[in-house]
Amino acid sequence: MPKPGRIKPPMGHDNAWWWEQAAQGVVAIQRCTQCQTLRHPPRPMCSECRSLEWDFVASSGKGTVTSYTTLYYPQFPGYEYPLNIVLVDLEEGTRVTSCLTGCTPEEVDFGMAVTAYIHEDEDGFKIPMFRPAAKGGI
Amino acid sequence: MAVSMKNQAAVAGIGTTKYTKNSGVSELALACEAVRNCCDDAGLDPAEVDGLVTYTMETSDEIEVARAVGLGDLTMWAKINYGGGAAVGLIQQAVMAVTSGAAKNVIVWRAMNGRSGQRMGQGVSGNIISSDLIHWSWYMAYGMLTPVSWVAMIANTYMHKYGVTREHLAEVAIAQRTFALNNPNAAGYGRPLTIEEYMAAKRITERLCIYDCCQETDGACALLITSTERARDLRQKPAVIRGVTQASTRGQEQMTSFYREELDSLPEMELAARRVYAMSGLGPKDIDAACLYDAFSTEIVMQLESFGFCERGEAKDFVADGNLRIDGRLPNNTHGGLLSEAYIHGVNNIAEGVRLIRGTSCNQPRRAEHVLVSSGVGVPTGAVIFGRD
Ligand SMILES: [Zn+2]
Repeated sequence: MPKPGRIKPPMGHDNAWWWEQAAQGVVAIQRCTQCQTLRHPPRPMCSECRSLEWDFVASSGKGTVTSYTTLYYPQFPGYEYPLNIVLVDLEEGTRVTSCLTGCTPEEVDFGMAVTAYIHEDEDGFKIPMFRPAAKGGI
Repeated sequence: MAVSMKNQAAVAGIGTTKYTKNSGVSELALACEAVRNCCDDAGLDPAEVDGLVTYTMETSDEIEVARAVGLGDLTMWAKINYGGGAAVGLIQQAVMAVTSGAAKNVIVWRAMNGRSGQRMGQGVSGNIISSDLIHWSWYMAYGMLTPVSWVAMIANTYMHKYGVTREHLAEVAIAQRTFALNNPNAAGYGRPLTIEEYMAAKRITERLCIYDCCQETDGACALLITSTERARDLRQKPAVIRGVTQASTRGQEQMTSFYREELDSLPEMELAARRVYAMSGLGPKDIDAACLYDAFSTEIVMQLESFGFCERGEAKDFVADGNLRIDGRLPNNTHGGLLSEAYIHGVNNIAEGVRLIRGTSCNQPRRAEHVLVSSGVGVPTGAVIFGRD
């Protein structure tokens, strides 16, 4: 039996496109085509101008840690512990929740520079994550 | 013309089951027992109950409870969303019903096998999530599966910014455990907690340990809301509802409001505070005791600022000075709270607010003219102020 993997997102109208981009190596940011406001997580309407029309831009993947935590317990199959979780303010201005790999829990800090990369699970699932900027990204 | 809800309704009955780790009975059985005990406490014939309100997460439907207990004809019922954020929303629904005439005697309740059945601490699963599955998926995919993982993010920002230490959180946990030592129905009964035990406790997340997290409990709690006038004819001293509101603010998510500019405060709790103070005509200085929602110890510290008991960043000093203890400025969760009594999704905290007004708390402070109770933190929530008749 294969090892259980991480819990996969359901693929609906409002989010599947983001994961499809991730699978192609892109950290996407949704953009209102009427007023150009960027938003994340994706939603069907722009809360600034109420337009339903949108496209997306590819993030540079560069950002800083605005908050973080490390999860120790309970531990679920499909994830590696201790698990660093970060809120990253991307240089484009939106914020994304993700994992930070390539450093110990003690090394994570507020304001640290990070870079996105696409992590691939053993089962082939691709998911954007971050590592310290010094270690390179997408 | 708008109708004022101030002073129109009161809590006239409290019913609980035993709070355990393995009830051995169905959640419906727990609900029925709490509802029956609530009617008995109030001295109200269950056939007079004509309104019911519970949680969307409740597994026992209104008519199942009504049929099993033998309640009367129902003219209103409702379910409120967002987990522990619903607690005060139940009260608001009941007050609106009583004030408008939609119903005369409304029972609100929550019944859960929260330890032996679906455990909250074990995180989200297909049983809990439904239409907001996509919302949760942005976090589940990354391993944020439990309430403590969602709460830790904002707690860590707040602690970092204002220099809150584990010693401050320990005081919250130990103060409430000390209260639980006098409460035979509390998980913490007979189990004192020392600072040494706290500091050595198992780390759950950066920077929360097991004692910062609430209980998981099998049990139920029900409350009867009726008009203040009717409550005066019933058995117990009424806990008059001076102000009540639900509150959700811009950028609100369920547990993961991570995308607001600042992450060091609780905007929805600040809205709840403005609303209950305005409706009641009271302010923080008038509040003698509180039951602030405490799924996690950090939530107490942050709410002290939301409700104006301290300036931003000063709650840690307020806590360290012993103000949450019996002889402090704001005795808080005098039954032990969710941390040390039981986790009945916050309805048990409302019940304690009522006991404080009645003067029947197991840790009755010297003064309790007005008591503030809040519901879930980090979710769409609410607050209520009780006063003496
Ligand atoms: Zn727009």
